[in-house]
Amino acid sequence: MSVTRETVAKIASLARIRMDDAALDRMAPEFNAILDWVEQLGEVDTSGVEPMTAVIPNTLRLRDDVVDADPLTGGGMRESVLANAPAAEHGFFGVPKVIE
Amino acid sequence: MTTTTSTYRIHGATGEWEVVIGLEVHAQVTSNAKLFSGASTAFGAEPNSQVSLVDAAMPGMLPVPNRECIRQAVRTGMAIEARINRWSRFDRKNYFYADLPQGYQISQLYHPLVGEGALTIEADEKAGIPEDKTIGIERIHVEQDAGKLMHDQHPSMSYVDLNRSGVALMEIVSRPDMRSPAEAGAYVRKLRSILRYVGSCDGNMEEGSMRADVNVSVRKPGDEFGTRTETKNVNSVRFVMQTIEHEARRQVDLIEDGGTVVQETRLFDPGTGTTRSMRSKEDAHDYRYFPDPDLLPLELDDAFLAECRESLPELPDAKKRRYVEELGLSAYNAGVLTADVDSFRRFEELLEATSAKLGKGAKDVSTQVANWSLSVAPGVLNALGSEADEGHATAEAQAAILAMQSAGEISGGQAKEIYEIVLKTGREPAEIAETEGLKQQSDTGAIEAEIDKVLAANTDKVAEYRGGKDKLFGFFVGQTMKAMAGKGNPAVVNQLLKAKLDG
Repeated sequence: MSVTRETVAKIASLARIRMDDAALDRMAPEFNAILDWVEQLGEVDTSGVEPMTAVIPNTLRLRDDVVDADPLTGGGMRESVLANAPAAEHGFFGVPKVIE
Repeated sequence: MTTTTSTYRIHGATGEWEVVIGLEVHAQVTSNAKLFSGASTAFGAEPNSQVSLVDAAMPGMLPVPNRECIRQAVRTGMAIEARINRWSRFDRKNYFYADLPQGYQISQLYHPLVGEGALTIEADEKAGIPEDKTIGIERIHVEQDAGKLMHDQHPSMSYVDLNRSGVALMEIVSRPDMRSPAEAGAYVRKLRSILRYVGSCDGNMEEGSMRADVNVSVRKPGDEFGTRTETKNVNSVRFVMQTIEHEARRQVDLIEDGGTVVQETRLFDPGTGTTRSMRSKEDAHDYRYFPDPDLLPLELDDAFLAECRESLPELPDAKKRRYVEELGLSAYNAGVLTADVDSFRRFEELLEATSAKLGKGAKDVSTQVANWSLSVAPGVLNALGSEADEGHATAEAQAAILAMQSAGEISGGQAKEIYEIVLKTGREPAEIAETEGLKQQSDTGAIEAEIDKVLAANTDKVAEYRGGKDKLFGFFVGQTMKAMAGKGNPAVVNQLLKAKLDG
């Protein structure tokens, strides 16, 4: 697999990361080196082996349908939620106007 | 599966075009708390007051799925006879937008909770649906809703309210099986009906609890599928139908003018009934999905699935069949009564109250109750308009009226008059009948006395009748009823007149 400079530029754009030409030139070989390294795993014969989803046997836990049962994961904390917002007005986050 | 093809066509310059429609319906799951947090889902709260640290995507917060949301989606899947996947998984759909604090939506692309199912839309000759048609449903998956953006509150800023952020949605994806706006409309109505029966979504399209992405393409009948466009977030049945009409016409005109349809996302403008391109960048759909490392696969056990199945109510198709087979109602009446939870609940409550009052079986009063529920009661209610207080329209009061009518104590007209007073005042029907003199005279003695007077005053007509002029019978009925100010029980009047004239 070979990642081109254009691919890196596209991925950067999708991730909203600004990269100059020098960074793109440097990044493409790095991507390829990482992919080559990971591709070594392909040499292992995994036919008949279930894909592993977690390192220890575990199942997904579910929560009960109760509002604000735990203050850490409940609502009613507008001030905390808005505390780091660059602009918070009338209880809303304010962001640069986005209209499509 | 019925293979009836719709006759709906777009007439273009080069001939007839068939329209192919698929719908992705987003339905908000009825739950108290959000999909991955304990924040409330209640509608209409103060901005950002129902946002947890999880929903605001604060660093270090981990999602834990709400069991009820999973349960409701599974029950919905069972209601459309779909395959339930005992093993499913959540994926991240990555994109940046101001209403999505995580920078990704947790959704299910590769292993949805619910697989292949179907629902049936009913024949509707007038709408161009000649017979029942099965519409395939490809999948139902569970995902998070985004927040809400407001653009008109500030000159240079958009405001973000994250109260909806993280609320559970079911995305219900149909097969491209619909061929006309009417079929799509019927599909959305039927789906809404099923969701409301199951109780997994309130179906409130005005509040945004249900909205549809409408996929439309056109082709010459028999050709391969054409390129489709997707019109996002259409929030009423009428708008879904308008979107299809407009979009199909636009595509046909475009192709016939030598253009090509571009696969793109469009927006519906309810003001003009038209759609327009969102002109998104080409790579906007490159969502780079991958399994969410914060969530283990979701595995469902037998006990969970059994509870989901056992808690399902009787569904619209089964209920309609039962109304026809057990209650002896017409297919049309059964269809209207079972179309929505509110209407069948009112009907069943009244049916039970009426049969209890009369000591008769449900089947013996079903036709009377159905006619009352479908035409008489709504007629009175509409005529009264704002004068009526629907709170007075209890099953108890209506059953009392129907019982009096069934026993011959009041006429159909009197039943309406009494119901009118009930709706305005909430008084007791029996008391109204007594106080307002809204009762039929069934006392044979009194009726006989009136008949004797009528016959004595019209000896010539009596002679003519007895001479073979049968049609005069109606005249005697009319005269008797008039003499009794319309309060004679028509059945008794008829019977006694017949006896006196023919005897």
